[in-house]
Amino acid sequence: MTPLLETKDLSRHFKVGSKLFSHQLLHAVDDVNLTINEREIVALVGESGSGKSTMARLLAQVYKPTAGQITFQGKDLAQLRGRRQQLQYRSDVPMVFQDPFASLNPVYKVSHGIKRGLKLHRPELDASARHEELLRVVAAVGLNPPEEIIERYPYELSGGQRQRIGFAQALAYRPKLILADEPVSMLDVSIRIGLLNVMAKLRDEEGVSILYITHDIASARYVSDRVMVMYGGHVVESGPTESVLSDPQHPYTQLLLSAVPDPRAPLEISTEAAKAEPPAVIDPKPGCRFRARCPIAVEQCAHVTPLLQPLDPQHKAACHVTAPAPALSS
Amino acid sequence: MSTQTPPDALLDVRDLRIVYDSPRGPVEACSGVNLTVRPGEFVGIVGESGCGKSTLLFGIAQLHSAPARIAGGEVLFRGKDLVTLPPKELNDLRWRNLAVVMQSAMNALNPVRTIGDQFKDAILAHEKWTEERIRERSAEVLRLVAIDSVHLGSYPHQLSGGMRQRAMIAMALLFTPDLIVMDEPTSALDVVAQRSLMVQIKELQQELGFAVVFVTHDMSLVSHFSDRLLVMYAGQVVEFGPTRKVFDTPSHPYSKSLLEAFPSIRGPKVPLTGIPGDPPNLANPPAGCRFHPRCPVAQDVCKTDVPDLYTLGASADVLSRCLAHRPNDPIDISLATEVTAS
Repeated sequence: MTPLLETKDLSRHFKVGSKLFSHQLLHAVDDVNLTINEREIVALVGESGSGKSTMARLLAQVYKPTAGQITFQGKDLAQLRGRRQQLQYRSDVPMVFQDPFASLNPVYKVSHGIKRGLKLHRPELDASARHEELLRVVAAVGLNPPEEIIERYPYELSGGQRQRIGFAQALAYRPKLILADEPVSMLDVSIRIGLLNVMAKLRDEEGVSILYITHDIASARYVSDRVMVMYGGHVVESGPTESVLSDPQHPYTQLLLSAVPDPRAPLEISTEAAKAEPPAVIDPKPGCRFRARCPIAVEQCAHVTPLLQPLDPQHKAACHVTAPAPALSS
Repeated sequence: MSTQTPPDALLDVRDLRIVYDSPRGPVEACSGVNLTVRPGEFVGIVGESGCGKSTLLFGIAQLHSAPARIAGGEVLFRGKDLVTLPPKELNDLRWRNLAVVMQSAMNALNPVRTIGDQFKDAILAHEKWTEERIRERSAEVLRLVAIDSVHLGSYPHQLSGGMRQRAMIAMALLFTPDLIVMDEPTSALDVVAQRSLMVQIKELQQELGFAVVFVTHDMSLVSHFSDRLLVMYAGQVVEFGPTRKVFDTPSHPYSKSLLEAFPSIRGPKVPLTGIPGDPPNLANPPAGCRFHPRCPVAQDVCKTDVPDLYTLGASADVLSRCLAHRPNDPIDISLATEVTAS
């Protein structure tokens, strides 16, 4: 089965430095191989600056890749030609943004954004079919009664309701894959669960795949099927959610897990690793990018970049210590 | 419900009422809150957006501005009532004895001035120190929060989010105050930075002995750090007690729901529902118990009888605003609780 979306050694570098002819490069994303299958929620987890939002923008074609390839339904995105193909991709792969207070136009009713999307991406619908579809998507994200909600302005909705509108907009395009960049991080803890449940419902009932970008590994566990952990632009661990989180192999995944506040567990954290700052990956030399914060780093970590090694057919980690590469026989 | 003031209380908020005047009449965001903080204590205040927790905090620091006003009550800090204190005395006391750390340090620092300049401003507002002494003290507090003093010459954009937030805390420490009020200082940070900041605040507190009032919407965040926990809902205190007790045996259905609203990374994966509905409109709060429309165990009597803040029979240091704990004729919510839990 071909995956819905696949990236091959995807990289994105940014020029940094104030000098005009500066050749310093910030490696925001380096050699990422990601697959998303149909009807699947994949969580991309990492701290600020790990490159996870850059990944979302690469997939949404906001940025062009520096190197590597993105294929969607078997087609290379670099081969998309013309406005029609671009539009088609954008309606197949819409985005839901982080801040529900900034992403809706305050001077229009919430139906406006959804209707515009419908007009643009589904021109075959007539006015009454459009209205029906509008009501359907609003109800699908759990906003009831839809007839009343669509008449409201954004300021009349709570943060959780606005973010549901964000998902309804994306859903109106009949998407295959929704890119959700930290969709719940601006919301109160008490209403996050409602949104996560909406995401699971969209997968189960609408057959949509979702790339769920978050720094909250507990919510990733709740909603996702597979998880990829990013650090400093590299994927450091990936696999089925349960197997990665119950048996984390990369020390960074272990740090992320230990940082989740959990009143039911005793407080334990290696403060050394937690206090250090994530790296700015500018003109990196080979080596593990986590080594400065790593409690178990060895000599090799400073010279050789660890690659993802399979621990079992699906669970992979990139660490010289916990997932050593098989010795070369030659 | 009268809470006796311990003689050693550093901060004693008594029956504080704060209203916002709106064209449609006053909206009470803080309805008769009582709160005591002892020296060196860490008190957590939790609740959803719009429950009045930030309003309470502004009331404590007297930072509220129109249309908000204090409609009643006292804020006794070191024995003085801040509500009636003349502005001059209030200014003198602020930052020296009572400092505030705001929600997003990203915006709380002036982007066009260096960190050192901003520290200097705060110092010169209170003391006539020499340049050298100002530099010394600024460098000292920065080191306390593990930032190299070279960053006194840095602009806010040159620091990471976590560093900016720590710089704000360093600024609050300039005069080693007795009390630091913090309004969601970690909400803009990711999980790892958040946890490390919490550990640092706790370490500093133990080292320097200041008291902390910490406002957050994430109940689990304070679980390991606060001594006592105050849960707010719709402008009222609904539960107040030692943190461990509130977590292990939440006595108010709202605390229980809040606690169950976030997924765990351990144990079996269970479907969660969060708290259905939205917080009430404070312009027109529900009759009876303000939580009854969203309460999983509400009964008919909850729609009419207004619950008071009751002392729990089992443990006298826990207060709960639920009819299940009223001394005469308590309602029985245990059966209903089991039904929703199964």
